[in-house]
Amino acid sequence: MKRKSTSTTGKKKPAAARATSARAVTLLIATRKGAWLMHGDAARKKWRVDGPHFLGHVVSQLALDPRDGRTLLAAAKTGHLGPTVFRSTDRGRSWKEARRPPAFAKAPEGEQGRAVDHTFWLTPGHRDETGVWYAGTSPQGLFRSDDGGVTWDPFSSINDDMQYRKWMGTVQDGTPDGPKLHSIIVDPRDSAHMVFGMSGGGVHESKDGGKSWRVIIDGMEVVEGFNFDRADPTFHDPHCVRICPSNPDRLYQQNHCGIYRRDGAGAWVRIGNNMPKKVGDIGFPLVVHPRDDNAVWVFPMDGTTVWPRTSPDGKPAVYTTRNGGKTWQRLDAGLPASQAWWTVKRQAMTGDTQDPVGLYFGTTSGELWMSRDEGRKWNCIAQHLPEIYAVEAALLD
Amino acid sequence: MKVLIPGALRSYTERGEVEVSGATLGALLAELDARYSGIRFRIIDEQDQIRRHIRLFVNGEQVRDLAQPLNAKDELVIVQALSGG
Repeated sequence: MKRKSTSTTGKKKPAAARATSARAVTLLIATRKGAWLMHGDAARKKWRVDGPHFLGHVVSQLALDPRDGRTLLAAAKTGHLGPTVFRSTDRGRSWKEARRPPAFAKAPEGEQGRAVDHTFWLTPGHRDETGVWYAGTSPQGLFRSDDGGVTWDPFSSINDDMQYRKWMGTVQDGTPDGPKLHSIIVDPRDSAHMVFGMSGGGVHESKDGGKSWRVIIDGMEVVEGFNFDRADPTFHDPHCVRICPSNPDRLYQQNHCGIYRRDGAGAWVRIGNNMPKKVGDIGFPLVVHPRDDNAVWVFPMDGTTVWPRTSPDGKPAVYTTRNGGKTWQRLDAGLPASQAWWTVKRQAMTGDTQDPVGLYFGTTSGELWMSRDEGRKWNCIAQHLPEIYAVEAALLD
Repeated sequence: MKVLIPGALRSYTERGEVEVSGATLGALLAELDARYSGIRFRIIDEQDQIRRHIRLFVNGEQVRDLAQPLNAKDELVIVQALSGG
């Protein structure tokens, strides 16, 4: 059933919201040991594998510039070598390294500086800002490129701000493989309106292109039982924040402490409370529908006891809501019924813009799954890849 | 002076041994980067620290200071530390 999008602004629908039924999808797969492209046919039934690219590199994300349909950026490092960004302007046929990858400013003499361990997140800028890209790193930093990813500059308003540095904490305060700045969002209606998340450190918003920022954590819960101050961003761990292309006033968030929705300037509402109690609402990825701001998909994981980070009870399933989080439905047809202990990382689940929407997720065990019908039925389309870190559905020109 | 390049960095140099000059280790690495763009950042971070899993040896002795003086007959070996699994 199709629903009308509910834009509260009355502005023209962003281009990203239009269905692209005739275009073939290419999946951009980033893994712990390299990157792969999978070129689909128009029906999304046959897939041609292209790769590995950067075999042996830890690739956090592979992203397409939707403004030209051919420029790809890959955030990469190896176990021994420092981080870099590779760039292709011919759809991945050839790659060239960024001339100046994301790097923190050199600390003054006698002071302790920070060094980027890896670039974790890549976001192309607004469609009207050709060549602009944003990057989030670990340790947490925000960077911008104005030349299509060739050179990168730090956002001093975040990276050098002592309040932000306090909220970020140290390397030991972050996730097991390093604290991450992620979910960099550019409002499709307004390039100056930006949002990002910090794991840990909360969710932050700018209305002036990143010159100044404000914290948006009202309504978000913190880990129970420790008397943590909810008003302190330090104690908030958003795992994945997404904006609705059809209604950019609406954000959804998969957090360490549940699933949330935020409308306009309002507080976050924990819509994950409506998930089945046995499954809970802990997880990492979250996908929004390109044309329906009430439709969302999540992939719950086991966040009990020591946080096994596996599918709950070894039974993987996607959950969806079609009414903004009031109710949720389990979507597991085609997925293993038992003894499947993998999960899905925050960047490893995505959707395309076709009608019906195609959904894709890559697992920690190196399998790639897809659904051509918005999650009703799932098929495994690749196995035996390295641990999958990120999956993007791109439309190459 | 002679610089031995580990396999992981030969995508930059396309060979295992190059000739590069520099009065100090830092100057030599700058010259190396001028010739093979991007190679320095893979082994030295933005705070001018040798990366955690990289080791540099001059004439068989490990060096950690980019100000280390060098002369034309020295030999620099860049090594991936025996770490990881």
